Order: sequence, then structure tokens, then C-alpha cells
Amino acid sequence: MDSANDQQVSPGRLLWHCRRGLLELDLILQRFIEHHLESLTTDQRAELFELLHYDDITLLAIVSGREQCEETRLKGMVDLLRAA
Amino acid sequence: MSVPIRKFDAVIVGAGGAGLRAAIQLSEAGLRTAVLSKVFPTRSHTVAAQGGVAASLGNSEEDHWHWHMYDTIKGSDWLGDQDAIEFMCRKANEVVIELEHYGMPFDRTDSGKIYQRPFGGHMSNFGEKPVRRSCAAADRTGHAMLHAMYQRNVKANTQFFIEWMALDLIRDDAGDVVGVTAMEMESGEVYIFHAKAVLFATGGAGRIYYSSTNAFINTGDGAGMAARAGVPLEDMEFWQFHPTGVAGAGVLITEGVRGEGGILRNADGERFMERYAPNAKDLASRDVVSRAMVTEINEGRGCGPNKDHVMLDITHLDPATIMKRLPGIREIGIQFAGVDAIKEPLPVVPTCHYQMGGIPTNYHGEVVMPKNGNPSEPVPGFYAAGECACASVHGANRLGTNSLLDLLVFGKSSGESMVEFIKTQPAAHKPLPANAADYSLSRLNRLETQTGGTAVGATRLAMQRTMQAHCGVFRFKHMLEEGVSKITEIEQQVASTEIKDKSKVFNTARLEALELDNLIEVAKATMVSANARTESRGAHVRDDAIDSPEFPDGRDDANWLKHTLWYREGNKLDYKPVNMKPLTVDTIALKKRAY
Ligand SMILES: Cc1cc2nc3c(=O)[nH]c(=O)nc-3n(C[C@H](O)[C@H](O)[C@H](O)COP(=O)(O)OP(=O)(O)OC[C@H]3O[C@@H](n4cnc5c(N)ncnc54)[C@H](O)[C@@H]3O)c2cc1C
Repeated sequence: MDSANDQQVSPGRLLWHCRRGLLELDLILQRFIEHHLESLTTDQRAELFELLHYDDITLLAIVSGREQCEETRLKGMVDLLRAA
Repeated sequence: MSVPIRKFDAVIVGAGGAGLRAAIQLSEAGLRTAVLSKVFPTRSHTVAAQGGVAASLGNSEEDHWHWHMYDTIKGSDWLGDQDAIEFMCRKANEVVIELEHYGMPFDRTDSGKIYQRPFGGHMSNFGEKPVRRSCAAADRTGHAMLHAMYQRNVKANTQFFIEWMALDLIRDDAGDVVGVTAMEMESGEVYIFHAKAVLFATGGAGRIYYSSTNAFINTGDGAGMAARAGVPLEDMEFWQFHPTGVAGAGVLITEGVRGEGGILRNADGERFMERYAPNAKDLASRDVVSRAMVTEINEGRGCGPNKDHVMLDITHLDPATIMKRLPGIREIGIQFAGVDAIKEPLPVVPTCHYQMGGIPTNYHGEVVMPKNGNPSEPVPGFYAAGECACASVHGANRLGTNSLLDLLVFGKSSGESMVEFIKTQPAAHKPLPANAADYSLSRLNRLETQTGGTAVGATRLAMQRTMQAHCGVFRFKHMLEEGVSKITEIEQQVASTEIKDKSKVFNTARLEALELDNLIEVAKATMVSANARTESRGAHVRDDAIDSPEFPDGRDDANWLKHTLWYREGNKLDYKPVNMKPLTVDTIALKKRAY
């Protein structure tokens, strides 16, 4: 599996990592990507990519605001996702 | 063109519950086993399963596999094969306890046994009263299952090919299966996986419908690959629907919402269930509610600009009760329907949930098809398990929690059969046919060079809307007939999809086009099989086959107690008998399915 430290995360790879086992996440991530992918900076893409490494159950809890993300670095990206 | 070849004893396509369970069997037998998956294994759709897995452990009260068998046959509306059902129900305890040993954190009773809860359709003493048969790990049973089995595979040295998409099955001149072609997403390169035995465990194809509880990844790839390779698909007219998915999104709204007092309303605000089920009203059984909803929509009383859904209203309930008893419902409404359920009703529609049919197998997990007068002749080297397969244990209707059980039992039995088969094979692999990858390469080349074609997203949407309108939860003769010609037109469009992005690396446009090639096979199989079956049975309910003294609930055993087989070639249908003979006990005799 690719590591979160990859220098550049290609848009295609990012898009594919938004394919999840939970429909709820597919829908939230698709909506986010449609509106925001173009405008994300390289750093933000890397952050999103890192966030996508969480398992589905945890990620859904994070983006729904039921759980906090333990990586405080990713808070900005979490906020963007929650607002989407 | 030369294509790189990788050689394994066994190749498994799919790393959900079924694929992972089979891989354990093979790797622990010391065989070189490759597992291909479009996504990281624990992101497979099995992660969505919450309800649990059925096994008659009898930890909470008396239970017996024979009762479980009875319930499953009755649930299947007698279309399930009784040998396979006996096999599954008898094996349940063994595979659940094995899973516990793999590290699955099941909920426990005070005395430390696996805790069991009741689930719809599971009864004691041959249908007498509900029994506690479902084993769960809180509300994350599927998730915990995937984790436990993935770890076990890592220990057993299973080789994972993650973010690889299998494209086509490779059969030699004798029809034996000798491998698959697959694309590495990272490079866009095509490889041949040469194997002595191949298992498909690719999950369901719920995305053929517009409204589906299934994740986007459930595109029926295994069924599509099998169909293109000349293998028929069995009982594809049978799809389980859930009455309340969020319209346009598909996300499930639990039955509990109606249990707490939620009311279904049409465009006039009328509580229409009073007309269809004067006593039970909104709490009538799933199929009655779904049918009423569809009738309202078909008769022009649907809501919204397209009049294509009804409303689930809980605004009359005390907000405190909603927050306490139905905590998730507000979040779902806001996130997926853009409405606050405390203040406004939620748009809902019957939503596709589970695929009962699939690639025909026996209870050993061997893929079978008619040959030389035998309706169920194994295809050497080819196996299937899980939602993509049809063993057939779910028949015309699946019981909740029986699907995770299916993954474990038939994942294991197919793995065992593959181990046995590989042992009997010579040390050297059967040779690949000449140009084994040509078919896949030509499909890719068509996509590369297509001009003036159709867009993938729009074509997929047309297919999904057609399936939803013409072959949904409640079916009408004229709609099905029209549906067959519509889906044939859409098939033409699928054959000329065009992608603008021709890049190699993680080209999601290409991947989605390839997935659509699989979806359309499943959609055709479903529509054609449903149009031909002129009775109602289980989840296949037709307006022109209704309850009568001669045909209770519209079921016509004299003519239709048989499995459908759909062939891609010429959209041809064939039928084979249901196996009514269990392995050791007496046949569970035909009866009206009443609860
Ligand atoms: C919301 C929801 C809740 C459910 N709850 C329950 C429950 O409580 N109890 C129960 O028994 N059942 C439940 N079910 C049904 C059950 O979850 C599924 O039937 C089951 O998980 C399917 O498992 P599987 O192993 O067959 O396939 P999946 O888990 O869908 O896995 C398919 C695998 O195949 C791979 N794949 C597919 N195509 C390709 C390809 N071309 N190349 C490479 N890899 C490929 C995927 O990457 C994935 O790894 C539920 C279903 C839903 C939708």
C-alpha cells in the first residue's frame, strides 16, 4: 500500500481512495471531491490522502463529528470535510 | 502483444469476507495464493454489515441447525437448494467458533459465551417463535470480521494485490479455467494471473439500481466476467429491497424509525398505509410496505418534482424521543437528504439491498453449469463464493444475518475444494491458451480508440433508472417487457462508451467504464430473467401474479419451482431443478410462506 508520505498524490489515486466499503462515505467523499478537489493545495491533498487511511467506521465517525481525529495536524481537512 | 505473467497455485478475486475466508484455507495448506482486490481488503463492502452472523449456537436459549435450515428454506420461498442449506446451517457453529479463534471480538454473555440476539425470520422449533441466533460484534460485525481474517491471512503469507482490478476469466479450449487477466491501477498495465484454480468472491452488484444501499464498488465484476466467459448467471431476478432508503442517496433508514411511530405519507400528506394494511399500517412487513410505496408513486401520488418518492414523517414525535431512541436518524437526514427530520419529513424510496442470484455453484463452492445432460457439471478450476455466487442458499429471498454466514461457510468450503483439486493436478500448470489476454486487451483498446461515443456516467445513470422503474421491488408485465427493450438499447450505448482521459496511472474514468461493462451484464440478466418468470416468489413480485386459492401469494410451483439460468450469448434462458433433497434429513415440504 502506498504511504501517506508520498511526495505527490495524484488526483486519480486520491479519487480511488475515496471508494469505500460504506455507502455513506462514498457519498460524502464524492460530494467533497466534486466541489473541492481542484482547489486543494498539494499539502491539503496529502492530508486528505492521510485521512483516507483511516478504516471506514472510524472515518465516518470523524467526518460526522461523532469522534475527533487523533491527528491534530489533520484538523483543517476534517473541518473542510465536515462542512462539505 | 506480450503480457507479463504471474503464476500462483490459486488466485482469488475479492478480499471481502468470502475471499479472505477462502484464502486462509489455501494459504494455511501451504499453497501459493494470490488475492486481488480493487480496494484495501478491510474497505470491502462486508464492512457495512452490522446485524450479525447467524449460527444456532444455542447460547441464549435452545436452538438447532435443523430449525435454522427450516427458516432458511421458508425464507427462500422454497427456491433454495436444500442440500446446500443443510450444509450451511450445520457448518455454522464451526465457522463462527473458528472466527472467534481468529480473534473476532464477539459480544459476550456474562458467562463468557458468544451473545446472541434475535433477527427477523429466525425462529425456534420450525417457525414457532423468534429465537436468538445472531452473533455480533457491537454494530461493527462486518468490520471486525474483515480485520480478524485479514490478519490471519497476513500470518499465513497470503499474497495481496491491492488496487488491482480483474478484467476477464481465462478458459482454455476444454473450457477449464486457468487464470484471469487483471490491471494494476498504479501503472495501468495488464497482467495474466496463471493459476491452477480461480475463485471469484467479488461481492454483489447492487449498483445496477438507482437507489441502492450498496457502496459504489459493488459493480458485479465477477458476474460480468463469468457471463462474458460463457458461464450462465442463476436466479438474477431475485433482489432484496429495503422499504426505506433515503431517496437519491440509498442510505438505509432502519425499520426502528417506523417502530418508534414514523409515518409514511404521499404527496397529499395522506397516511397511505392505512389503505393497504388497516391494522399494521406503517409496521406491515417489508414487502407490503414497499409495494404500497411503489403503488403510490406509480399512481402519481409520489413526492418531489419527479414524483418519485414518498415521505417518512417523524415531525410529530417529541424531539427528545427522537434524539434518545433514534440518534442516527437526524444525522442521516441532514447529511444525505438535506433535511432536519425533527422539522421536516424525510424522502424515502424502496432501495435495492442484496443480490440473491449469482454465479451458479454447488455447496463445495465449485462453479457448475449444464453440460452433457447434467444440469450442474463443475467447470474445472473455477470456484465462486459470497454474494457474487448462488449456492443456492438464499433462493428467492435471503434472511438477515445469513449472508455473513454464507461468506464463512462457502468461503471455507470453496477453499477446501480448491486445495483438494490442486492436489490432484500435475505439478506444472495447465498451459494458457494462445493470446490469453487478447480479449481484455481488445476491450481496453476499444475504450482507447472510441470516438463519438457515450459518456460513462450518463449511461450508467440511464441503466440504473431503467432498472429502478422497470424491474424494482414491485413488477408489472408491460413495464418488464418495455424494460427488456430499453436495457438492450442501453447495452448498445455501453458498447460504445468513450473516455476523454487516456492517462495510465489510476485512471478512474477507465476503471468506471470497465465496471459498467460488468454492471450491464447483471442488469440484462436481471431484466430478462424477471420478465420471463410469470409467477411471484419471494422478492420477485408481479402485479399479474397475485394471491389466489390456486396460487397462494402468486407462487406457481407446478411451473416455476426451478432455477433460472441466463446466458449472455443471445440473452438466452434455461432452467434447472431446485434440489429438494437435503443431505441427511427429510425434505422440508412446500408450503405457503406465511409469518
Ligand atoms: C448496509 C448493509 C448491511 C448489511 N448487513 C448485513 C448483516 O448484518 N448480516 C449479514 O449477514 N449480511 C449483511 N449484509 C450483506 C453482506 O454484508 C454482504 O452480502 C457481504 O458482505 C458480501 O461479502 P462478499 O465477501 O461476497 O463481498 P464484498 O465484501 O463486497 O467484497 C468484494 C471484494 O471483491 C473485490 N472485487 C470486486 N471486483 C473486483 C475486481 N474486478 N477485481 C479485483 N477485486 C474485485 C472488492 O475489492 C472486495 O474486496 C449487509 C449489506 C448491506 C449493504
